[in-house]
Amino acid sequence: MKNHYDLVIIGAGPAGLAAAVTARTFGLTTLVVDEQAEPGGQIYRAIEQARDDNAPVLGKDYFQGLSLVQQFRQSGADYRPEATIWDIGRDLKVGYLADGRARQVRARYLLIAAGAMERPVPIPGWTLPGVMGAAAADILFKSCDMIPQGPVVLAGSGPLQLLVACHLVDNGVDVAGMVETNGFGSYLKALPHLPGALRVPHYLLKGLGMRRKVKRAGVPIYQRAASLRVEGNTEAEALTFEVGGKPQRLAAAVILLHEGVVPNLQFTRLLGCRHIWYPRQRYWKPVLDEWGRTSVTGVSVAGDAAGIYGAKIAETAGHIAAIDISFSLQVISEQERSWAAAPLRRDLSREMAFRPFLDTLFPPAGEALVPPDEETLVCRCEELTVGQIREAVSQGGLSPGMVKAYTRTGMGPCQGRMCGLTLAEIIGDCRQIEPDGVGHLHVRPPLKPITLGQMAELELVE
Amino acid sequence: MNGDHRYDAIVIGGGLQGCSVALHLAAEKMRVLLIERDLCGQHASGVNAGGVRRLNRLVEEIPLSMAAHRMWHDLKVLVGSDCGFRPTGQVRIAGTSEDLGALEERARRVRALGYDHEEMIGARELRQIVPAIGERGVGALICRGDGYADPALTCLAFRLRAQERGVEIREQTAVMGIEKIRNDWRVSAGDQNFEAPLIVNCAGAWGNEIAVMTGDHPSLEKEALALMVTSRVPHFIDPVVGHASRKLSFKQMVNGTLVIGGALKAFLTEEPAGTVIDFRQMKESAGTVCAFFPFLADLPVVRCWAGVEGMTPDRLPIIGSSQAADGVYHAFGFSAHGYQLAPVIGRVVADLICRGETEFDLTSFLVDRFNHPVKEAGGHS
Repeated sequence: MKNHYDLVIIGAGPAGLAAAVTARTFGLTTLVVDEQAEPGGQIYRAIEQARDDNAPVLGKDYFQGLSLVQQFRQSGADYRPEATIWDIGRDLKVGYLADGRARQVRARYLLIAAGAMERPVPIPGWTLPGVMGAAAADILFKSCDMIPQGPVVLAGSGPLQLLVACHLVDNGVDVAGMVETNGFGSYLKALPHLPGALRVPHYLLKGLGMRRKVKRAGVPIYQRAASLRVEGNTEAEALTFEVGGKPQRLAAAVILLHEGVVPNLQFTRLLGCRHIWYPRQRYWKPVLDEWGRTSVTGVSVAGDAAGIYGAKIAETAGHIAAIDISFSLQVISEQERSWAAAPLRRDLSREMAFRPFLDTLFPPAGEALVPPDEETLVCRCEELTVGQIREAVSQGGLSPGMVKAYTRTGMGPCQGRMCGLTLAEIIGDCRQIEPDGVGHLHVRPPLKPITLGQMAELELVE
Repeated sequence: MNGDHRYDAIVIGGGLQGCSVALHLAAEKMRVLLIERDLCGQHASGVNAGGVRRLNRLVEEIPLSMAAHRMWHDLKVLVGSDCGFRPTGQVRIAGTSEDLGALEERARRVRALGYDHEEMIGARELRQIVPAIGERGVGALICRGDGYADPALTCLAFRLRAQERGVEIREQTAVMGIEKIRNDWRVSAGDQNFEAPLIVNCAGAWGNEIAVMTGDHPSLEKEALALMVTSRVPHFIDPVVGHASRKLSFKQMVNGTLVIGGALKAFLTEEPAGTVIDFRQMKESAGTVCAFFPFLADLPVVRCWAGVEGMTPDRLPIIGSSQAADGVYHAFGFSAHGYQLAPVIGRVVADLICRGETEFDLTSFLVDRFNHPVKEAGGHS
C-alpha cells in the first residue's frame, strides 16, 4: 500500500464504492479507507457473507449492493478496511489507524463518502441499558445475525423504523408496539410533495407494504405519540408516552429509538468546509456544487454525508463525483465529463424527487430535538443535562463552543457526535433563533481516539 | 451622540485581561463598555493550559506575578469563584546534570533579586512529589504555591462579576475604527459608535491591530499553540510538570484527564480563521510523555486543540499608556503566559487610569520599546 494516491475515498458504502469503481476506469490510483471489516457501508453491511436464509428478510434492495461490492473488488482500488480516521487536513493528508499503527496517506484529491449516523434521541432514560438506535439494532442483525430478545418496542419516526420493524417481525421477534412520533399533521404537510414522489412509485409502494406487514403481524401502532420516556432503574423496563393526552405504557426489554439519520460531518467540519442548515430535517449539510465539490479545494462529498438521500442516490453521486475528480486531475476533458455524467444526472433527478415527500412525512420529533425535561441527559460522555446547558446559556454561553468550555459538553471521546445537534437546538431554543445562527461545535482531532503511544509512533508523510 | 453610547471607559477585547480590566474599572465606579469581536474568552484566554505559574517567569514579570499570586489565593473575594484553582505546585525537572546546572543558575538569579519562591529539590524529594518520574529526574526547580486552574471558568467568573458591577458587554461586535472627537475617543464597532475619554486595548493576539488605530506600532506576531487531553486515569500526579531541556508540560486535572502541552506550535489559517494541529509537534510531545511516563502509552488522546496567542519579540507583554495618544492604554501581547497575571493586570491598569500611577515598574512593558534595538528574549516561557 502506497503513501500517495490520486484519490483517497473515505467510506466504503454505496457512494465510496461507486466512486472507486469509476475512478479506476479513468485510471486514478485510488485508496478506499473504511472502518468496517468488509465493503458495503451500513446499508449493505456484511453483504458478502449474508446468509441465504436471511435473504427473504433482508429483501431485494439489500442484495442490489452485492454487484457493486463485486465491481469494487475487481476495480484495482486499494482498500484499507478496519481503519479509523483520526485526522484529515486541507493539505489532503489523511491520518488513519489500522493494525494498531497510526499513519498518514496523502491524496491529490479527497472524496468524503462517510455516510450518515442515527440522530441521537435524547429522551428521559435513553442511556439505560436496553435502549439503542433502531438502525444500530439492524446492523447487529446484518453483521452478527443478532436478534433482540423481546418484548421490543420501536419508538420515533422515519422510513428506517418501518424497515427495522419488518426485519424484527420477519425474524419472529415479539414486537410489543411501534410508537410513532409523527402523525396526521405530517401526512397533510407531505401531501403537496406527493406528485414528485409518484415519479418513483416503487418507494411509496414499498413503504406502504412495510406498514401493512407490521400491522398484519399484530403489532400495535401508536401515532402522534408524545412525552416519550424510558422507565427502569438499572435497565430499560418500559416505554411510557401519551397519545392525545392519554398515558400509555408498553413493557419492553429492548427499546429501539429512531428519529431519522443525519449526515456524518466530522470530516467536512474538521476540514472547515462551508455547511448550510436544512430546516426540514433539522441537520447541517456541506455546501456542494453540482459535482459534489465542497468549498475546500480538492475535497468533494458524495452520498449521505452530503445530506440524506439514501443508497441509490449515493451510488449515483459517487459515480458523478469520481467523473468530476478525473476532470480535476486532468485525466478527462470538460466535454468528456459532461458526456459521462449526463445519463447519471437523469437517474439522480428522478430518484431525488421522492425525498421532499419523505423528509416532510417524517420530521424529527420536537421533543427529541429540544428535550422538554430539564433532567434529560444530552452529553452522554460528560453526563450533562438540558438544564445544565440552559444555565450555561443564561450565563452568556451563546455558542456551542462556549457552552462546551463552561460545562464540558462535547469534550468526551465521542467528540460531540452524540450531543452536537441537540446542543445547537437547545442554545437556539434559549436564544429564540435557529441553530444555524448558533453555530456548531468545533470538531477537533483526533476524530477517533488514538493512544499516546500510537501518537508517539506516528508515521507521517511529507 | 446618544447618551446611551457614552461611557467613562471602553475596553476592547473580552479575553481574561479585558474582563479583569473592566471589572477593576467598574470597581472604581466607572461606567465601562467592553467590546468583544467574538465571544468573551473564546480565544487563548479560555482555551489555554491553565497554568498558574510563577516558576521560571521572565524576571521582569516577577513582581507582577507575585502580586497576582496573592490574588489567586483570594479569587473568591474578587470574583466569587476559585476558578478551579488548585495550588498543587509546579516543578521543572532536570533530566541531566547539565539541566541541573541550568536550574541551579536560575534559582540563584531569582534569589539574588530577593525572591524565595523558586527552590531546588534533589532527586529524592522529586520522587516523593512525583513518584511516577522514577529514575528519570535528577532534581528539579519547584514553586510550591503554583498550580493550575480552569481557564474557561476563570473567564466566565471575571465576566460575570464585571457584569454584576455594571460593565456593559457587547459581544460579536468588531471594532472597525477609532477616532478622536474633541476630548473623546469614538469607537465604531459593529454598526454603531461608542464614545469615551478612555480606551483600554486588551485585544490579545490582535492588540497591534487596535494599537495602530491610535498611533502606536508595537511588534506582535500571532502564534497558535496546541494542547492535547487524554481520557481519564486514576490520580497519579499532583504538581504541574515541566522540563528543563525538553518540550514537556503536563498536568493531571481533578477529573483525571491529562493535559499535555509545552509550546507545541500549530498552524494558523485565515479562511476560515482558525488553527490546524501540526501532528509532527504532537508526535514529538507524545514521545516525550511516553519516555517519562511509559505506563501512559496506552492512554487514548481524546482531543487536540490550539489557541491564538500574541507574541512580542522579547516575550514580555505590552502594559501601560500609549506613547502616541492621550487616554489610551494597552494590556496585550502576553506571549502565552498572561493567564496567571490577569487578576493583577486589571488592578494595574485601573491604578494607572484612576490614580495616574502604579506600584509596579512598567518600563520593560512600554509599547514603543520595539522602536529601539530589541534585546533577545530570555528564553523562558
